Amino acid sequence: MRRLMNHSNTRKSDLFLHAQRTRADVLRMIHLAKSSHAGSALSMIDLLTVLYEKILRVDPSRPDWAARDRFVLSKGHACAGLYAVLASRGFFPRDWLNDFYRDGARLAGHVTWNGIPGIEVSTGALGHGLAIGCGMALVGKRDLQDYRVFVLLSDGECDEGSVWEAALFAPHHRLDNLVVLIDYNKIQSLAAVSDVLALEPFAAKWKAFGWRVQEIDGHNFDQIEAAFDFPPTANEKPNCIIAHTIKGKGVDFMENQVLWHYRFPDDQELAAALSQLEGRE
Amino acid sequence: MRTAFFRALLQAAERDERIHLVVGDLGFGVVETFRERFPNRYLNAGVAEQNMTGIAAGMALSGKIVFTYSIANFPTLRCLEQVRNDVCYHRANVKIVAVGGGFAYGALGMTHHAVEDLAILRALPEMTVVAPGDPIEASAATQAIACRPGPCYLRLGRAGEPVVHADPIRFEIGKAIRLREGHDVTIISIGGMLATAMEVANALMVRGLEARVLSMHTLKPLDTEAIMAARRETRAVVTLEEHSVIGGLGSAVAEVLSESGDRGIPFKRLGIGTSFTTEIGSQEFLREKHGLSVKGVLRSVECLVAASEAHPTSKFAAEQ
Repeated sequence: MRRLMNHSNTRKSDLFLHAQRTRADVLRMIHLAKSSHAGSALSMIDLLTVLYEKILRVDPSRPDWAARDRFVLSKGHACAGLYAVLASRGFFPRDWLNDFYRDGARLAGHVTWNGIPGIEVSTGALGHGLAIGCGMALVGKRDLQDYRVFVLLSDGECDEGSVWEAALFAPHHRLDNLVVLIDYNKIQSLAAVSDVLALEPFAAKWKAFGWRVQEIDGHNFDQIEAAFDFPPTANEKPNCIIAHTIKGKGVDFMENQVLWHYRFPDDQELAAALSQLEGRE
Repeated sequence: MRTAFFRALLQAAERDERIHLVVGDLGFGVVETFRERFPNRYLNAGVAEQNMTGIAAGMALSGKIVFTYSIANFPTLRCLEQVRNDVCYHRANVKIVAVGGGFAYGALGMTHHAVEDLAILRALPEMTVVAPGDPIEASAATQAIACRPGPCYLRLGRAGEPVVHADPIRFEIGKAIRLREGHDVTIISIGGMLATAMEVANALMVRGLEARVLSMHTLKPLDTEAIMAARRETRAVVTLEEHSVIGGLGSAVAEVLSESGDRGIPFKRLGIGTSFTTEIGSQEFLREKHGLSVKGVLRSVECLVAASEAHPTSKFAAEQ
């Protein structure tokens, strides 16, 4: 009964509205906190929305449930997105989001584990999440558990050699219960990925390492959901989903701008962004 | 120590099925027994220590007790951030085991000299740091860390060290073992220098000096009581380690002594200097180069004791 915890029969338009609300939450958090990484969070919101609303076998009332699917946000700097999704899914109270990044708050500026329900591991130093996910997936296989492990990487993160150590490991050990999801928004910290350290041919690299690779539009809810639709032990290959996304997705002046990796929205920019996110259907 | 470790690990694994062994493609001739006995609890992660350590953390967070195993600096410095973030921060049940502490792989050159590991691992929160002094301690330490929740670093020598303990020991993490009683000087030893410490103590006896010898097998948590007892009950303190004098046992003991509020005591850190070792040679050869042979240590201890006789706070001075 893998689909036991399928959260809802959320319709596509509902998913879109849900994702837009989450984007608005993210920008409010980053505005209040005067923090960074708005663009990095916005690009992955549609992926996280589908995961948490439709795919992951998780139960907010039992965050440590042994049979849960594991989700590791390896691009820990985009944590505002994950926190907002977890809060809206009921893992913790929404008002925790208001204190994000502040003195004495619960939610740190990179994914931090300190007893936050729904957070599997702390990340923030790039290139750590996939190896941890491999360890979780390996235990799942060895102990004949049917949970799946999802690890979300950024594109810039794939500069880290440790990503490729894990990329070698997972196919060798036939971790078909492992899903790597890459938020390929094409922009990293200082410049375009293609200018910093080109990843292309990206899909071919993962294929050559032995992964089952899909490329999708990371803002198309049908494609996202379909990409996850395979049995947990489908083909003895780990799964790599390269999601083509837009950095800063949802706010026109943030989209595809390096600037919004670091910048936080001021009052006017926040108002403009919220009107775009909450105003359009 | 290596043999003792694997024997003890096998015994622990028989008792506790959560125990897994993850190796970084090293351990030829010693990992096979574990692999054959527990094929589903053994993993060769390949020559990829960052991945090995991250995987170990992921396994530990899924309920396992994971021993990672490699040599020299590979399971520690090579993947230090994985050790810090993935293992220590999550208080993951990962036991990092390195064979080749100090100059055990001396002739293999600088890359294989593990001489800053204790300092660096000691600084990490949640990390327990253990460096047994002989095969008997190595066996006991392995059993002890298997039962201790949370991250541990076990620094071993190599194969074939002498057994130093003549009698059965009571091994407890964080409690030094006193091998020899004396009041003129305390020699505090960590890791494989223990045999040297005992030989030096024997040589001092011939010269009419009685040395207390402590095996400080646990660097963290440190047995401050044993250090303060040495401060009170003996006339000088020497630390002995096959490790840099920066940050290891000598520094840890100095921290305790200097913050104790007591008057000073003649004190000397014996270890490896702060430069890279460029000489080529065996463990014995390199120890001698760094003043860590029996003769070299004896000379340093005698100098310290002689100086302590002139020390204003020394009991020697008080008696005169």
